[in-house]
Amino acid sequence: MRKTVAVFVCFALSWFALAAKAQLVIEITKSAEDAVPIAIVPFGWESSGAAPFDVADVVAADLRRSGRFAPLDRKEMIDRPTQADQIRFQDWRYLKTDFIAVGKLMPEGAGFAAQFELFNVLTGQRLAGQRVTGNANNMRAVAHRISDIIFEQLTGVRGAFSTRVAFISAEGTPPKQRYKLIVSDYDGENQQTITSSDEPIMSPAWSPDGQSLAYVSFESKASAIYVQTLRTGERKRVSARAGINGAPAWSPDGRMLALTLSRKDGDIDIYTLDLNSQVLTRMTFDPGIDTEPSWSSDGKKLYFNSDRAGGPQIYEIDVANPNRATRISFEGGYNARPRVSPDGKKLAVVTLDRGNYRIGLIDLASKAMQVLSEGRQDESPSFAPNGAVLIYATQDRGRGVLATVSTDGRTAERFSNTVGEVREPVWAPFPQR
Amino acid sequence: MRVTRLMLIVASGLILAACGNKPLPEAQNTSESVGPTTSTQGAESSGVGSSALSAEQQAMEAAKAAGVIVYFDYDRAEIKPEFVPVVAAHAKFLNGSPQRKVRLEGHSDERGSREYNIGLGERRAQAVRRALMLQGVTESQITTVSYGEERPAVQGSDEAAYSKNRRVELVYGR
Repeated sequence: MRKTVAVFVCFALSWFALAAKAQLVIEITKSAEDAVPIAIVPFGWESSGAAPFDVADVVAADLRRSGRFAPLDRKEMIDRPTQADQIRFQDWRYLKTDFIAVGKLMPEGAGFAAQFELFNVLTGQRLAGQRVTGNANNMRAVAHRISDIIFEQLTGVRGAFSTRVAFISAEGTPPKQRYKLIVSDYDGENQQTITSSDEPIMSPAWSPDGQSLAYVSFESKASAIYVQTLRTGERKRVSARAGINGAPAWSPDGRMLALTLSRKDGDIDIYTLDLNSQVLTRMTFDPGIDTEPSWSSDGKKLYFNSDRAGGPQIYEIDVANPNRATRISFEGGYNARPRVSPDGKKLAVVTLDRGNYRIGLIDLASKAMQVLSEGRQDESPSFAPNGAVLIYATQDRGRGVLATVSTDGRTAERFSNTVGEVREPVWAPFPQR
Repeated sequence: MRVTRLMLIVASGLILAACGNKPLPEAQNTSESVGPTTSTQGAESSGVGSSALSAEQQAMEAAKAAGVIVYFDYDRAEIKPEFVPVVAAHAKFLNGSPQRKVRLEGHSDERGSREYNIGLGERRAQAVRRALMLQGVTESQITTVSYGEERPAVQGSDEAAYSKNRRVELVYGR
């Protein structure tokens, strides 16, 4: 079966290649059961000594994590071509590889340049080739850029390997902990501390332009929502009302924050806050807990968590007419923290699955639930901006770490390159092109 | 005057001794919790003030002996029968000392989503707030904050740890 599909994909690909010349697109649908085999050959090094950086290693890891590619193990590579005329396509056909990428790394100015080419193994056709330059101190960015080009070329979907994530880390033993808001590459590398405190920090949320983060900090011994611009470090306190100030979520146009307030009376409800006019509008009116709002991509609806029917479940309201809430989740006794997929068709949630808190995907049309993760205490799912992968927080030997799972549930990975107790990853939007 | 001061010293000594007999680990962790040190203004003025202070000290001591933490069941915010006397003791103290303020810090265990747990912690703090107000404590004496699962009392992923983390701490400021 595996072979049949692979062969079919190959034929389909070569046909498309002939038909569409430059742009080659794999039709990846839910029926595509297998990841596409690809060889990312270790790059050559055009200078003396050892290569300063393993570009191919990062590219292969990126593509594998997407769930759509199965990079060939290096140990199985009988040959290490670094340019087109060195590739013996027949050999790679024997290895059942559909695509091959080769390249070279060379010094350029104060940094480096990576020259790479991508080929269809079956037809020998060159599909892409580019020279990518970068600083010596951020070679990973060069590799992620190459991954983006390969991914988009082969799937027709924009690659999200050059994007960033924000997350919270807590170091030390309770009750004395140090909390940090960190921004890193999507794979947890290149970590940068945005703010830190001895009081909890939580619920980071990216502005739609990727320039700012909203988050909750207890630094004044009560919860308050702050908005911080990353480039300048400028910070504004946007909500510090009595009771809860939580769960900030930016509207798609960046003008409003949906947030959770409990006010003085302790009634936990969702509001919208216009960031310019400071006008506060109440969105939910139930005496239960209403929290964790998430905007639909057109900004017309809010999805949220409410325990109005007993346990936490997902509901939807119309922002223009919020009086009537419609229930969305029906499977399982606990569904929380909804996040809308970039195409607007699915909701990622935390769901109680046979005694375990896991990441689930609700199809908004059918309301069917698919459980994607396999941990005991998985939380805070966040979509990659291309919708291919979710990042979330999981437990690894009692420690909170980050993990990814492809949205088809096929590939999952844990990151161990973080320190402390790590939680609440949120994927940044695409950088503006 | 001298007698008053002596009484105060003796009273303080008794309270300190009582504290030593019944350690409350969570209370000792925070400098803001119920303690034997209060304003000496009353003692400086008159004998009447001294006896009032003594009553306050006694109510405070009773509240402290009853406990400064109310524990809750999973996903619940009802005050369990065994904690009703705890809340009552604090209500008595606050009723007799209207200038004192209490901060109710609500917490949850680590299971489930974080902002929902903030909601649960708030709901628990509000349950204690309502119980105090029903017993005469004024609104201005109470503030609430929910930390959800962000500030566990103990680390661990079992019911023993969870049951210690689902709580409301009664913290006294100045």
